[in-house]
Amino acid sequence: MDKYDEKIYLPLSGIQHFVFCKRQWALIHIERQWKENMLTVEGKNLHERADDPYEKEKRSDLIVSRAMPLISKKLGIQGVADIVEFEKTIDGKGIRIRDYDGFWLPHPVEYKRGIPKSDQSDEAQLCLQVLCLEEMMGANIDKAYLYYHQKRRRTRIKMESELREWTVSMAKEMHELFEKGLTPPAEKNKKCGNCSMKELCFPRLTKKARPVSNYINEMMKEGE
Amino acid sequence: MRKLLNTLYITNPDVYLSREGEQVVVKNEGKKSIAVPIHNLEGIISFGYCGASPALMGLCAEKGVSVTFLTEYGKYLASVQGPFSGNILLRKEQFRIAEDSERRLGVSVNFIVAKIMNSRTVLKRAIRDYEEIAGKQQISFVVERLGRQAENARHALNEDELRGIEGDAAKMYFGVFDNLILHEKESFFFHGRSRRPPLDNMNALLSFTYVLLAHEVKSAIEAVGLDPAAGFFHKDRPGRNGLALDMMEELRAYLADRFVLSLVNRRQVSAKDFVVKENRAILMDDDMRKKLLTEWQKRKRIDIKHPYTKEKISLGLLPYIQAQLMARFIRGDIDGYPPFLWR
Repeated sequence: MDKYDEKIYLPLSGIQHFVFCKRQWALIHIERQWKENMLTVEGKNLHERADDPYEKEKRSDLIVSRAMPLISKKLGIQGVADIVEFEKTIDGKGIRIRDYDGFWLPHPVEYKRGIPKSDQSDEAQLCLQVLCLEEMMGANIDKAYLYYHQKRRRTRIKMESELREWTVSMAKEMHELFEKGLTPPAEKNKKCGNCSMKELCFPRLTKKARPVSNYINEMMKEGE
Repeated sequence: MRKLLNTLYITNPDVYLSREGEQVVVKNEGKKSIAVPIHNLEGIISFGYCGASPALMGLCAEKGVSVTFLTEYGKYLASVQGPFSGNILLRKEQFRIAEDSERRLGVSVNFIVAKIMNSRTVLKRAIRDYEEIAGKQQISFVVERLGRQAENARHALNEDELRGIEGDAAKMYFGVFDNLILHEKESFFFHGRSRRPPLDNMNALLSFTYVLLAHEVKSAIEAVGLDPAAGFFHKDRPGRNGLALDMMEELRAYLADRFVLSLVNRRQVSAKDFVVKENRAILMDDDMRKKLLTEWQKRKRIDIKHPYTKEKISLGLLPYIQAQLMARFIRGDIDGYPPFLWR
């Protein structure tokens, strides 16, 4: 028995919104608000992906697979990895792959438009990809990469137990919130200024909730 | 803030709307007459029987651009609905409120308080702005009475009482509405509402403007994922957009009545713009309708500060902002529905 019903696999890429702001994630994934805003948030502009973040030359000891579908039945998550690289090992570590000889170690490379963020949302997404890959292929993955377009280079992220545990707890929390179907209030200390969901969120409404009856009283009093 | 985009109004029945890439192309007798990029559009409203291609409708649905077909008199024919619309959890909560007389009344009170307060402000400002206005005393009396009725509405114990208060307030307000018309009184006068059909020029202008507003409110409600049919104050009736009618109440005086008054008082319309049918029904001629739509679009670009969110918005976004606030209230972000109030 799988833990999650077939119908509630949550999108893997959602975890970056979730880590950034639970309300933003709920607006997108629970409330399904405004597709075009979602695109802004996702930053999925294909034209900007023209330059490939991996070595272009064909190497006999590296396989590059793009847009690989991922799923974790344990975590109820599904999505797509931009790039998964398989490195050939010489010490017999790793896994076998169809149509290829030898043993290989997979790791995802997640492509990001900007520069590294102040929170760990990109790491969470990468770690979730790793967890899916491990579950699907039975590999042990100890590192993966984030590629930042503005820096034009990749950063290696170690898949340590702390990151893994935190990512799993985030995925669980995401399911709990989805189950309730509630959008949490805006978080008090968040910078909402740059958020592309700002106008749908009305952060001020929940940060500095103003009772509606006070507002009506005020509007009825003034100007008398 | 969300950008106010343009609405494309099609008033020529001979044109055909089609898609070319990311553009909406208007063809007249097979020849391209206008092309507009889809990302500049908020919606398309067509009057009369012009056609549109499925490819164009699909593009509009995908980009969240509403497409509405009306008869040349503004009667609703059909609109385009994309593959995803609304949010079931939100709608279910909306229905729960609509089924619960206590919760429903709380929202209805706010609609009606705002409706009365905003029509009162129209009168107050008229007294303030026009030295020469006739019947000042009577208008002042109505202003005072509307103030009291708004208070009464806040404390209404049930819907019947609220309906009574609303009916009285509307009668009082429309009773002095004629005094707000300052010129050409022989062609533009108001002796009460006549709807189907309008029997005088003022009613023709008001009815048409209410149609425009109703469509904007309904589209806004759909855009935020609510169901325009499930109202709180307006009783359910098949084929009636109860919530759209509810949410229109607070905006009628502020957006529509003032607009019609300013058309007349600035002499932007004249008796020649109307056609009288054999049965006394009044219709606007084509040029008048175009003129009205152009002015309506212009007015939407005016910026105001929203009294509740305190943000600067274009007037044209008001229905959308109110629909957003309604959705946020239904989801429990705010403790009530904050209607638009104008002083």
